[in-house]
Amino acid sequence: MKMHVLQALGLGRQAGVHPPARKLTRARAIERMPLPSKVILPLQQHIGACAKAVVKRGDEVKVGQVIAESDGFVSAPIHATISGTVKQITTIASPITGQPIPAIIIESDGKNEWIELVPADSEDLSNEQILTRIQNAGIVGMGGATFPTHVKLKPPPQKHIHTVIVNGAECEPYITADDRLMLEETDRIIAGVKIAMQILSVTTAHIAIEDNKPQAIERMRRALAQLSSPERITVVTVPSRYPMGAEKTLVKSILHVEVPEGGLPMDVGVVVQNVATLAAISDAVTLGKPLVERVVTVAGMVSEPKNLMARFGTAASFLIELCGEPDTSVDQVIFGGPMMGIAQPAYDSPIIKGTNCVLLKRSDFRDEHSCIRCGRCIDSCPMGLMPLMFVNCDKKREYEALPDYHIANCVECGACAYSCPANIPLVSYIKNGKTELRKRGIK
Amino acid sequence: MDKVSKLVLSPAPHLRGNASINRDMYIVTLALLFPCAGAVYFFGLYVLLMLAVGVLCAVLTEYVAKLMRRQPFHMDGSAIVTGILLVLVMPPRTPLWIIAVGAVFCIAIAKEAFGGLGHNIFNPALAGRAFVTLSFAGALTRWIAPVSSLVADGVTAATPLSEGFITTLTNGVPYKALFLGNVAGSVGETSALLILIGGVILLAFGLIKWQVPVFYIGTVSLLSWIMGQDPLFHLLAGGLMLGAFFMATDYVTSPLTTRGKIIFAVGAGILVVVIRVLGTMPEGVCYSILLMNALTPLIDRYVRPKPYGHMPTTRKGA
Repeated sequence: MKMHVLQALGLGRQAGVHPPARKLTRARAIERMPLPSKVILPLQQHIGACAKAVVKRGDEVKVGQVIAESDGFVSAPIHATISGTVKQITTIASPITGQPIPAIIIESDGKNEWIELVPADSEDLSNEQILTRIQNAGIVGMGGATFPTHVKLKPPPQKHIHTVIVNGAECEPYITADDRLMLEETDRIIAGVKIAMQILSVTTAHIAIEDNKPQAIERMRRALAQLSSPERITVVTVPSRYPMGAEKTLVKSILHVEVPEGGLPMDVGVVVQNVATLAAISDAVTLGKPLVERVVTVAGMVSEPKNLMARFGTAASFLIELCGEPDTSVDQVIFGGPMMGIAQPAYDSPIIKGTNCVLLKRSDFRDEHSCIRCGRCIDSCPMGLMPLMFVNCDKKREYEALPDYHIANCVECGACAYSCPANIPLVSYIKNGKTELRKRGIK
Repeated sequence: MDKVSKLVLSPAPHLRGNASINRDMYIVTLALLFPCAGAVYFFGLYVLLMLAVGVLCAVLTEYVAKLMRRQPFHMDGSAIVTGILLVLVMPPRTPLWIIAVGAVFCIAIAKEAFGGLGHNIFNPALAGRAFVTLSFAGALTRWIAPVSSLVADGVTAATPLSEGFITTLTNGVPYKALFLGNVAGSVGETSALLILIGGVILLAFGLIKWQVPVFYIGTVSLLSWIMGQDPLFHLLAGGLMLGAFFMATDYVTSPLTTRGKIIFAVGAGILVVVIRVLGTMPEGVCYSILLMNALTPLIDRYVRPKPYGHMPTTRKGA
């Protein structure tokens, strides 16, 4: 009753924004691209500790061979993605942070020789064995957050997990990588869902897909209907509203519960996994195949945007060349979508595990004006924050006040900056505020 | 593709919506054209002169103020809106020099002295109106009936909210005239119909929230009814409609959250009735909004959205 009254008064949270979808590659089947002559593999493609190189210059490597081992539990190994010779171990600018990180450069022998894969039946494996296979395959969250998957699938024993949410929302404009994967690799994804359910011993899974992907919804429903043993896996249609694919937004949208502030979905008994991650889990467990490639949407100002199956370490320029002519005014290459993606310093930045999109665009700098207190940032914030207050505090250098406005809750989705009529780069102010707080040791 | 060419780095998001301050202000200007047209129709071509002087002085003052403050001048349209609004709340035969003084006050004192657009505490147009009313009271009390000819001077008439207006009525309250605007009053306030059209434009473009006019007007109606007055009369007479759609909705001087905006609207509604019924002044819209403007920082301090996942019990100390 109370909720109805609040909603009638326009006080229920109807947050998020509706950027133009621009999913022009929706109908383009995933194309397997030719192998590059060289790959650059950063040793940190995930959240957590940087992997440690276990090969040296001149070593011969095969596809799927471990070239860097994970360093600790929250870390992930890196595998060779082409067969050939280790040409160099060097330092490059991270495609995520821009900070220098170690990388291994492999020169192709053109043979695409794989290591010997050891298939298995997931039902014959113990949970520990399955998790080890996932860990050894170097799987990380492929929706962009790149958190090591084996960690996420092994919540502390005191957390009672009851539901797996499969994230097929893909709410960023342009990107169709997950959409295509759901259409073309439906069974692999469902196999991955079953494995995740087995490990977490849950009986319920919801596959969440935004309502602007009716084909994927239809395809997924049909595949589920054909399952011999009826598992409790359902397809849930969620409204197309950015950032629907953010974990906490998705949990609330489907289960109508909010993850406690500062907590994780597992605190409300939920594990969220992206569809591409689940397909990779299936490959790792049943085929013993490590993660060496992913679907990347090349979009924006190119004449032939495509969905490409790309090996990690491939230079973005190599992908772009396969997609026709880029517009001459292109001066930005973004890894990820336009809302949260990261601008790359050069065309040869390598594709990594979290790169779901290579977006070509023209830079669009706009003068920042004074805040007119229109409140659009508040209305758009999926986390119920007052983003303009972070800007005010930053400008006055009153960083101590930031926690009062719950800055830690911010997921940096950019909905506020998208909706700001004064062109205030709110996310930059928020990141700066978080950095200043860290410097001062304030949580 | 030129692989060596430098790429441009910029922080996310790399996509911006189509909202801009200019767009907002020009939509408000468009919406204001309806009450402006009504003002000219009811009170003659002199209103056009008033509008020209009001807008010109407002824009020029902003330009000079920015020069003096060594800040870039943006033609963002906000001064145009202020200039128009100031004229719309003036009596029909206000001397042009008073309009000019008012416009300069609006921009120089009420807006720029506080730091410019986004920093002012009081609605500039209403602050300007209050200033000239207090300074030139004698010149601003000559109300005329709507003129039949566009150029002729009108005859003095009582505004609906003047002392004893209702008692002079023999055929009941002229609701139709009040709704259409065919009564004495400030140039842009008399036609509820034209203001509503402008208000619908603002709502359609998502520039204002429906809660503000609804709660403001609703409170005035309910409270005046409780106090034994004619609620419909209070709704249509005076500046309530213009205030509800164009003044109480001002972003800069009203609260940030929808909850806060509702508190603001209800508070302003109470003040209108208190001033109209209990006070000595005939009209209370201007002061009701200015008073609530002053309370806005306080409302914003205490009325905040609930952060996602925030549990009151997990709150430590603060």
